[in-house]
Amino acid sequence: MACLVPAAAAAQAGSAATIVAQGNGHGAPACISCHGPQLAGNPVGGIPRIAGLSAEYIQAQLDALASGARRNAIMLPVASSLSAAERQALAAYISTLRVPAPVAAAPDSAPPPATPAQMKLGARLASRGDWSRQLPGCDQCHGPGGVGVGSAFPPLAGQSALYLTTQLDAWKQGTRPGGPLDLMAALVKRMTDADIAAVAAYYAAQPPTPAAAGRSRP
Amino acid sequence: MKTGSVIVLAAATAVVAGGLSYYFARSTTRAATHPAPAPIAAAGAFTPPPDSAMPNDDFGKMVRLGQQIFEHTGAYAPQYSGNALSCTNCHIDNGRVAHSAPLWAAYVSYPAYRSKNKHVNTFQERMQGCFRFSMNGKAPPLGDSVLVALESYAYWLATGAPVNTPIAGRNYPKLPKPAQAPDYARGEKVFAAQCAVCHGADGQGQRAGGAQVFPPLWGPESFNWGAGMGDVDKAAGFVKANMPLGLGNTLSDQDAWDVALFVDGHERPQDPRFTGSVEETRKKHHDSDMSMYGRTVNGVLLGQHSVPAGGSTRSGSARR
Repeated sequence: MACLVPAAAAAQAGSAATIVAQGNGHGAPACISCHGPQLAGNPVGGIPRIAGLSAEYIQAQLDALASGARRNAIMLPVASSLSAAERQALAAYISTLRVPAPVAAAPDSAPPPATPAQMKLGARLASRGDWSRQLPGCDQCHGPGGVGVGSAFPPLAGQSALYLTTQLDAWKQGTRPGGPLDLMAALVKRMTDADIAAVAAYYAAQPPTPAAAGRSRP
Repeated sequence: MKTGSVIVLAAATAVVAGGLSYYFARSTTRAATHPAPAPIAAAGAFTPPPDSAMPNDDFGKMVRLGQQIFEHTGAYAPQYSGNALSCTNCHIDNGRVAHSAPLWAAYVSYPAYRSKNKHVNTFQERMQGCFRFSMNGKAPPLGDSVLVALESYAYWLATGAPVNTPIAGRNYPKLPKPAQAPDYARGEKVFAAQCAVCHGADGQGQRAGGAQVFPPLWGPESFNWGAGMGDVDKAAGFVKANMPLGLGNTLSDQDAWDVALFVDGHERPQDPRFTGSVEETRKKHHDSDMSMYGRTVNGVLLGQHSVPAGGSTRSGSARR
């Protein structure tokens, strides 16, 4: 964005904000209509929180959703109705939004709570993985408590268990690109369905903001 | 395990980047006193007990403390740790993984004579070296609770392992010589393609949530010039078996050698044994084909612009 003069940058942010709130007028509906007014996602539909994710990550996903490389029947027509410039502007804009609190599912539609054994397994796989099968801990790339690291490793903390499970399954089935170094495609093959359910439940219960997680050096 | 190289470099500064050609141009007999490298095959490797088997008594408390120091070294041993690294960065899965210099294999291999300091070292003294060099800090005094905790953890990990017997998976694998002498420019390309996504294009790692998630590979917050990882052969073995994290043994040997030379071909904190002269320090402590110290890379004499050894332990001030 540094190459744009301030007025043009503001106009672009304006148009990205408009797409988020109202859609682009030629096929792409408002982002908020599914991702919620603060783009916090929706645990019932397995719709992810996108506010505050890195611009690089959002753009890579929008591009992959538009091309069909990341297979998603709902997002394919949406993303492909956005121009490349609109996808870039949206990614830049959405990355600047404040990280909202996770949306709680309505009691009647909430998934059954994870068992203590599941949470224990999830916590262990998150922090340490299982190196007897070459599986690193998720936190080793996604940061303490899954807060996300840099542009390439998105936050897992506070995403819904349904969304996380769906994505891990998608990597297993090859319907989502493997990401940097094809890492996720390789690692998910070493995870059982029980592992996937456990880490999804664990991260869904973690606070999404970095301030609430991690350890500082004294 | 500094190599007792039989090659004497005529003038250290005359050896330029892209180097190691001395080593690869002739067949050198590496010091015969070194033990044979462990086989790369993981099958049949020793398996340490699971964390869940840690005893729930006073000894178990010390074992747990040792594991915490190992995993979050800067937080649990700030007085001895001078950089942003933790033990587990180079000893994967808190020292459990074979071919990642596992702690259980080290424990059963000491006391041992080390050419690095030319005397028999106890396990605690060996760990003092880790703090002084790899952690760019200060050696805890023998008997210090930090060393007792780490020793307890290592001892417990080694439960059932044979003592003073070659044990598979010790250290890092020793790679065969590559077809082409390791090369900085090729290594730079490997780094950009395979390493930068985690360690950053500048090699300085990444932090998140108040923690160092990916360690810095060179610069003032990394290991200093006296550390074993500064030897290109050791770094190549580590990289081959363990990097990228979760994708060990996917790089070719050539790529591992090239990227190891690239990483080790960067400036880092001074060797704590620095005599005041890079040339003299190279002669005394880096007279090895595998050390980039005192060589010129991209017009810079490595070691010439190093920050002093000791990092944050020098001033005694809390860091970050």
